[in-house]
Parts: sequence; C-alpha cells; structure tokens
Amino acid sequence: MGIFETLILILDSTVRLAIPLMFAALAGLYSERSGIFDIGLEGKMLAAAFAGAAAAAVYGSAWIGLFFAIVVSTFLALVHGFASITHRGNQIVSGVAINFIAAGTTIILGQAWFRQGGRTPALSAEGSRFTAIELPFAEAVRDVPVLGLVYSELISGHSILVYLAFAAVPFTWWVLFRTRFGLRLRAVGENPGAVDTAGISVTWLRYRAVMCTGILCGFAGAYLAVAQNAGFVKDMTAGKGFIALAALIFAKWKPVPVMFACLLFGFLDAVAIRFAGIDIGLFEVPPQFMQSLPYILTVVLLAGFIGKAIPPKAGGQPYVKER
Amino acid sequence: MAAPYAKLPPWVDYGLIPLVNVTVAFLVAGLVVLLVGENPIRAAQLLVQGAFGSGDGIGYTLFYATNFIFTGLCMAVAFHCSLFNIGGEGQAYVGGLGVAIVCLTFDTIFPWWINLPLATMMAALTGALWALIPAWLQATRGSHVVITTIMFNFIAASFMVYLLVGPLKPVGSMAPETRTFAEGAQLPRLDWMLEMFGLTIRSAPLNITFLLALAAAFGVWVLIWRTRLGYEIRTMGFSPTAAKYAGINQTKVIVIAMMVSGALAGMMALNPVMGDQTRLQMNFVAGAGFVGIAVALMGRSHPAGIIPAAILFGMLYQGGAELSFEMPTISRDMIVIIQGLVILFAGALEHMFRPTIARMFHMAGGGTLRPAAEPGE
Repeated sequence: MGIFETLILILDSTVRLAIPLMFAALAGLYSERSGIFDIGLEGKMLAAAFAGAAAAAVYGSAWIGLFFAIVVSTFLALVHGFASITHRGNQIVSGVAINFIAAGTTIILGQAWFRQGGRTPALSAEGSRFTAIELPFAEAVRDVPVLGLVYSELISGHSILVYLAFAAVPFTWWVLFRTRFGLRLRAVGENPGAVDTAGISVTWLRYRAVMCTGILCGFAGAYLAVAQNAGFVKDMTAGKGFIALAALIFAKWKPVPVMFACLLFGFLDAVAIRFAGIDIGLFEVPPQFMQSLPYILTVVLLAGFIGKAIPPKAGGQPYVKER
Repeated sequence: MAAPYAKLPPWVDYGLIPLVNVTVAFLVAGLVVLLVGENPIRAAQLLVQGAFGSGDGIGYTLFYATNFIFTGLCMAVAFHCSLFNIGGEGQAYVGGLGVAIVCLTFDTIFPWWINLPLATMMAALTGALWALIPAWLQATRGSHVVITTIMFNFIAASFMVYLLVGPLKPVGSMAPETRTFAEGAQLPRLDWMLEMFGLTIRSAPLNITFLLALAAAFGVWVLIWRTRLGYEIRTMGFSPTAAKYAGINQTKVIVIAMMVSGALAGMMALNPVMGDQTRLQMNFVAGAGFVGIAVALMGRSHPAGIIPAAILFGMLYQGGAELSFEMPTISRDMIVIIQGLVILFAGALEHMFRPTIARMFHMAGGGTLRPAAEPGE
C-alpha cells in the first residue's frame, strides 16, 4: 500500500473517530455557553448509546434507537438542569453524579434485560443500524487519480449520522451567532443579570440550552452504538466525553474550531491505533503517549501557552435572582 | 426560592438533612433494584449480611473502607479550599508507583516496619507531585483544576500502562504487573484486632494501613481545624477575596492544599499494593478515587463524617460482592449507581429538602425563623 492510500485510510478513520467527539463537544457548547458547566457529557453519551442500542435491537429500527437515545440523554440533561439551575447545586458535582449513574445503570439494566454480560444484542437485522451510504458515482470515479480515492473512500461511504455531524457545525454556528435565541444564550452565559433585566427568563433559557446538550449527546451515543458499532458494550464511551470536553476547551467554545479540534483528536487516535509504536529514529514513541496527547495538549492550552482559553464568564455560577 | 432559608440548629444541618439526602439516594437505588425485578428489602438484607455477617465480611468491609477513608480525606482537604480535585483516582494510581519503587528496591533488604514509612513517604510524594501541576496552573494561571485533574487522570492511566507493560514488567512475564514483593514489603494483617472481638478471619486482607488511615483522618482534623495553615485553607475556601485582604498567599495555600490532597490519595495505594496484592497491578485503584467524592460529600468533608461514610461504602463494596452471588442481576456495578445517587442527592441537590425541613421545623415550633445570610452557601 502506498503512502497516499495509507493516509486516506488514516483520514477515513479520523472522521469516524471524530464524529462522536464532534456531537458531544457541540452538545457541551450549548450548555457551557449558557453558563452551565457540563462534565456529564460522558455519562449522557453512555446512557444514550445504551438506550439507542437497546431500542434498535428491540424494535429493529435504527431511527427508533436514535429517538430513544435522544430521550434518555435529554432526561439526564434535565436532571443536571434541575440540580444546577433550579436548585443551584454545584454543577461539577452534578455532572460527576450523572456520569456514575449512567455508568452503573447501563450495566445493571443491560445485564437484567439481555443477559449478555452488559452487552445489548448485536444489531444484525436489516435497518436496525445506520449503515454506510454510497454517494453517487463513488464506484465510478474510484480509479481517477487522487481525487477519485478521496471521494470514494473519504467523502463517500459513511453513515447518515456522519454527514449530520458535519451539518451540525454550521447549524450550531448559525443558531449561536445569527438567531435571537443564540444571542440570548451567549448573553446568559456572560451576564445573566442583564438578560434577566431585559425581561427574559434565565431559568427557561438555560433549561433550553441543557436540552440542546441532551439532544446532541443523544446523537453522539447513537452514533457509537448504532452506527459505528453494532450494539452496546459496557463502558463503550471510554472517556470520549472527556476528550470532547477537552476539544471544546481547546476550541475556545466556538463551533467551527470545535470541528477542527475534534478532527485533530480523532487523527491522533487514528494514528495511535494504526501505528502501535512510531519509530522516530532515536527512540520509539509509545502508543500510550499518542493516546494521552489530547489530554496533554488540553492542559498546555489551559495553562495559556497556546493562546488563552477563556470560559464563559458566568459559567459554573448559579443565578440568584435579586429580591 | 419561596421558602426562607431559616437558620436551623446544628443537629438538623449536620445530622438530619444529610441523613434525609442519603436516604433518598438509597430509596432511588431501591427503585433500580425493583426495575430489574428483585426485592430491594431482601437485597438490602443480603448486603448487610454479606458485609457484617462474618469475620471475613467485616475484614473486607474495613479493607475497602481504608481506601475510601484516604480518598475521602483527599477530596475533603481540597473541598475546604473550595477546589474540586477529581484527580484523586490518578494521584492514587501514581502513588502506587511510589509504593512499588520502594518495595521493589528494598523488599529484600529491610523488614516491613522500615519499608512501610519509606513507602508511605514515597506514595505521598508521588501523589502530591501528580497534583502539583494542576495546582500550580490553577493558582498562577487560573486553569480550572477540575478540567486539568480530569486530564491528569487520563495521562496517569496511559503513563502507568506504559510502565506496567514495559519497564516495570519482569522479563518473560505476560501480565501487566510488577513482580511479587518479597516478605519485607508485605504488610501485617490485622487479624488479631478482629479476633479480640471473637471474630475469625480467613482471607480478608485487612492490614495495618487501616490504622494509618485512621491516623491520617486525625491528622487532617488537626491540619484543617487546629493549625494556621488549615485556617488559611478554610478562609480561601470561604472567600478568596477575604483571604487576599487578610494577606494570605493564595498561590501557596492552593498549591499546598492540592498537594496534601494528592498525598492522601497517593497513600491510598499502600492498602491494595502493599497490603493485599503485594505487587503493582493495572487499574488497582478501581474507582476508589471517585468513591472519595461521594464519601467526602456524605461526610460533609469532616473526618468524623468521612470515616462512617467510608465504612458505609466499604459495606456496599463487600456486601455488594456477596449480594451478586445471590442475585446475579445485581452486580457490583450497583454500587456505582448508589455512588452516583449519593453524589447527586448529598452533593448537587443538598439544598433540595432544606426549605421543606425548615418549614416543618418551624411549624413544630422549633424556634423563630431568621433569614440566613445568603442562600445556597
């Protein structure tokens, strides 16, 4: 295999690995921009993956799976909202709680319902899984040099959720920066007092933001269990929610940079999987180093050595209406 | 909030409300048990039976509790400085490296009573060092300690895997673990302590680190409430502005509080590594760092609360293992749910029942209602 083909294959798996990160990071974007920190992305994604796979297995439809994934994830998002908006609880604590509740419940319910060691039944039936879509002429242009392979391997042949993830990026940008809802959402994350003075309910606005988070985390989970894999395996998110959080910070809470950050982290993961250890002449780079690179990069960024990541000003603080 | 935040007597604030919160968490956990088609009351009976029904059960319960006392104290020290150190898991993992370095070097040279203090120091040191960078970044550059410590957990996991499949693995071995320590690095069991109460121990690995954990709890109490540094930590946690006006060196206090926190997490590694498995294994922390969050929240960040909370979680761990023999659908992962629910109700929703309880208390004639300074604090 030539270098070019290898590169295309790596980029192809980069896209696949970046999609759940993209959904989850965009999900976090809505919540955090409205001033609600969310470290429960991981848990929501995991619960969504389980609900999606379970529903898809029972009803034999990927779309019903997606629906249940969104419902469950939104429910958890509302629990987070209830704790951190209504009861002004600590948002970090609430996020941690949701991660544990999701981690435990998915295993217990999975075992009780399907008795396959925490797995859901493999999605083999027709239509129970989001399968690859061949774009028009993908086979016909395969032999065209360079562009043919890019089109047929890299652009074509992904599931619908992959294209939806890429569509969600400009959509999120449009919502956030071109709609009234987006303006208010950003305002409530910077200065909730001003939004309140303008006669807009801070509570309701933030609840809508966490619901957006829930919906997108639902997509992230459904992609993992119903598109990328054929079923749920216990703890299948394996820290992806935290990488997504890292990507969100890395992208300084902006939609288009979020996409690039997720692609970068996906690329690192793809390279780590492809090359067990990379020999760079003097010594071998261990794969564990490649796997921890997203985390190291995020810490370096947070330290302010590559630009400064400034979170939304009111993030993490419950809003107390003046009396 | 419609209901006023009335001032309540301490026994309500520190006793009744946490108890109500934890009870609700367990009731919701009972619903999950119902959902999988088992009887929650029977499950609870089996659980308590498994944890306290035999000498071995008690030994295991206290063995697990030892881990959770350390990680609970780790969280509590950070909480007092209003820092959320999610990195206890990673700090404990790296603390294991410190223990292993001492044990692998000196296990054939010194007896255990010399190796234990050495290993304790190394565990505390490595744990504290793993907390140093997040602490320093928080103190000087404002990088949120929650995010950086999460990142450091993952970095620790990769780092330890690298060491355990590479440099630390004995030649010719397949398992990702160090060699078994010689007798000089194996801690004595506390069988005699339980035998004093007429219990018999067969396999429970309860060891001397349990006493060390109790001593650490006392040490934390002294540090937080009886020293100048503790006063500074609490002032920082209460109001950073006030601390600044009082001339407290914020960088110093944050870094020290986080390093003490990391040191306590690191010392947790002594119990499983030196006291039970007598070798460094992959993932030996097994979530104990995260259980510490629930333990500290439940124990209200006070050693006197943390020890019973840790024993409760030790009971859940041991009893849960026994329970899963009787009810195979309820595996040990049930504890993860309970842990999450305790964190939710005793942590994030800690004020949910307060207005109701305050109103009931008032109606019962329990004193005059006075508005407290600020809600939510």
